[in-house]
Amino acid sequence: MADLNVNIGELKFKNPVMTASGTFGYGEEFSDFVDLERIGGIIVKGTTIHKREGNPYPRMAETPSGMLNAVGLQNKGVDYFVKEIYPRIKNINTNIIVNVSGSSIEDYVQTAEIINELVNIPAIELNISCPNVKQGGMTFGVSPVASAKVVKAVRSVYKKTLIVKLTPNVTDVAEIARAVEANGADSVSLINTLLGMAIDVEKQCPVLSTITGGLSGPAVKPIALRMVWQVANAVKIPVIGLGGIMNWKDAVEFLLAGATAIQIGTANFIDPSVTTKVIDGINDYLDRRNYKSVKDIIGALSV
Amino acid sequence: MHTKYKSKNLLFFMKKFILDLIVTDNTFLQENFVLLKLTSELPLPEMKPGQFAELRIDGSPTTFLRRPISINFVDRQRNEIWFSIHIIGEGTKWLSLLPIGSKLNVLLPLGNGFSLPETPSDKPLLIGGGIGIAPLLFLGEQLSKQGNKPTFILGARGSNDLLQLEDFSRYGDVYVTTEDASYGEKGFVTQHSILNKVNFDRIYSCGPKPMMIAVAKYAKSKSIFCEVSLDNMMACGVGACLCCVENTKDGHLCVCKEGPVFNINQLLWQI
Ligand SMILES: Cc1cc2nc3c(=O)[nH]c(=O)nc-3n(C[C@H](O)[C@H](O)[C@H](O)COP(=O)(O)OP(=O)(O)OC[C@H]3O[C@@H](n4cnc5c(N)ncnc54)[C@H](O)[C@@H]3O)c2cc1C
Ligand SMILES: Cc1cc2nc3c(=O)[nH]c(=O)nc-3n(C[C@H](O)[C@H](O)[C@H](O)COP(=O)(O)O)c2cc1C
Ligand code: FES
Repeated sequence: MADLNVNIGELKFKNPVMTASGTFGYGEEFSDFVDLERIGGIIVKGTTIHKREGNPYPRMAETPSGMLNAVGLQNKGVDYFVKEIYPRIKNINTNIIVNVSGSSIEDYVQTAEIINELVNIPAIELNISCPNVKQGGMTFGVSPVASAKVVKAVRSVYKKTLIVKLTPNVTDVAEIARAVEANGADSVSLINTLLGMAIDVEKQCPVLSTITGGLSGPAVKPIALRMVWQVANAVKIPVIGLGGIMNWKDAVEFLLAGATAIQIGTANFIDPSVTTKVIDGINDYLDRRNYKSVKDIIGALSV
Repeated sequence: MHTKYKSKNLLFFMKKFILDLIVTDNTFLQENFVLLKLTSELPLPEMKPGQFAELRIDGSPTTFLRRPISINFVDRQRNEIWFSIHIIGEGTKWLSLLPIGSKLNVLLPLGNGFSLPETPSDKPLLIGGGIGIAPLLFLGEQLSKQGNKPTFILGARGSNDLLQLEDFSRYGDVYVTTEDASYGEKGFVTQHSILNKVNFDRIYSCGPKPMMIAVAKYAKSKSIFCEVSLDNMMACGVGACLCCVENTKDGHLCVCKEGPVFNINQLLWQI
């Protein structure tokens, strides 16, 4: 049994496997299928200052080896989270992390301030990259200046571990990562979904109500891996890698590329117990190759 | 005996399972329809009519997601679960070709299910169209078991699309409409003459949306309790991704979790 512990900022994780925001609900939805306390961290659904109904149906399209979504950050708002959901999940013995979204700097700051008060939420993941919000989300994540501004503002009020989630819909992701690091992020996670589109040829109209949506699943893995490698080489803070991870091998690829931890998203829809299988698979790989700690393979890629 | 289903809260205690089931039978009922029967080494979990399963398709990259399929019937004696499947694309085609003895990975039971009557005197009417009749067999059996003998109106394009009529008639009176008059009365389910002869207390419906809207209109005009089962496109099937939402009086609700069965008063349909 290898040592699977990793650290993101000052926060300790029992293993490097987390669930990706928007794909694992609040954890509860999966409690019949998987022992939640074995997972390194659970990143809950995107949370905003006010309630959001999200985009109209249809919000999903299956694509070769993946899917497009245009959920549009449907959630009941941060107050509802604090009152109704937090009490139900706060005693799950893992790192429960809230994914924070917003359409203005004030939104992000206010939401982060409220989450900061929750004792059992040790970190937030700042989503400056969701492609589904008409204003705000996308504009922050694609510009180093805007990304820096929002991270700086949140850093000034948020005292715990601050993870910033990056969008792949940019030319130079390393540049954004550096800007975010310089303004106080403890870690960056990437990638969020890639902007895509699907068309119904019989109806001759887009499948999604929003025309375009975010692509996820194994179809995006090579791009995600490349970006994680680029960012890991560009910053000193720990990188959390995600995008298309379906099994332990995919996860190990991200670790070798320089990710300190990984997240699993869309794969939960195919196999709701995939997270624990990936944890076991990483452990077996380390044991088989006589590594004492998972830290020994982080960034161990030889080029 | 029906008290089991009384409380809506009970749903929260209905554990979901991820199971590798074994195919015991896979037979064509009609040209594009199969009846897939599966068993498990352990006794199958508790399931309610109207609930569904998410079936894992291992075929190809274009069938990446699981496919939601209604629970058609549960045979406790043989420890079998049935799925009645309309072959419309690659995933359902793959399911239709599963050989006996092969394994199929399923998540079940998912969703809320129909709410069963609490008084034995209630006369339920079950209206289905196309493959939407699938969940009504299990519902009909459970209703007849608790003393609410069901009446079925089953609609199809033609006699080649009619499924399991003998199974249905085991649990209640079966009336059929076909659009081409090849079986039963010609026309749509809401035009069947039985509706002018008998008064029903509750209506359950599943089928194409225009049909369910017509049924909902009929139920509303007569002030009859009516539940419909929706088939929105799904990804996770467990209420996590929020892809399958229906706009309701309570905002966007997940069809996979808060549904697939909704009371028509909850929906925003123009009825
Ligand atoms: C709760 C629920 C219960 C269901 N029960 C049954 C059942 O008992 N038997 C059965 O045969 N089918 C049932 N369905 C529908 C079934 O899930 C789809 O037919 C199936 O996913 C199609 O997969 P495919 O790969 O064969 O076709 P695809 O290649 O995915 O699709 C073929 C065509 O059908 C359309 N389509 C796919 N899924 C749906 C859907 N859910 N609603 C409307 N159009 C769709 C696609 O847009 C495409 O045009 C149910 C759906 C839901 C949500
Ligand atoms: C249905 C769905 C909803 C998502 N919602 C969010 C969200 O609210 N916030 C966020 O930062 N990312 C969200 N994502 C993106 C995922 O967290 C993840 O970055 C992306 O799906 C890539 O990983 P994967 O290929 O493992 O799914 C969502 C993805 C999907 C498929
Ligand atoms: S399919 Fe994921 S929430 Fe319904």
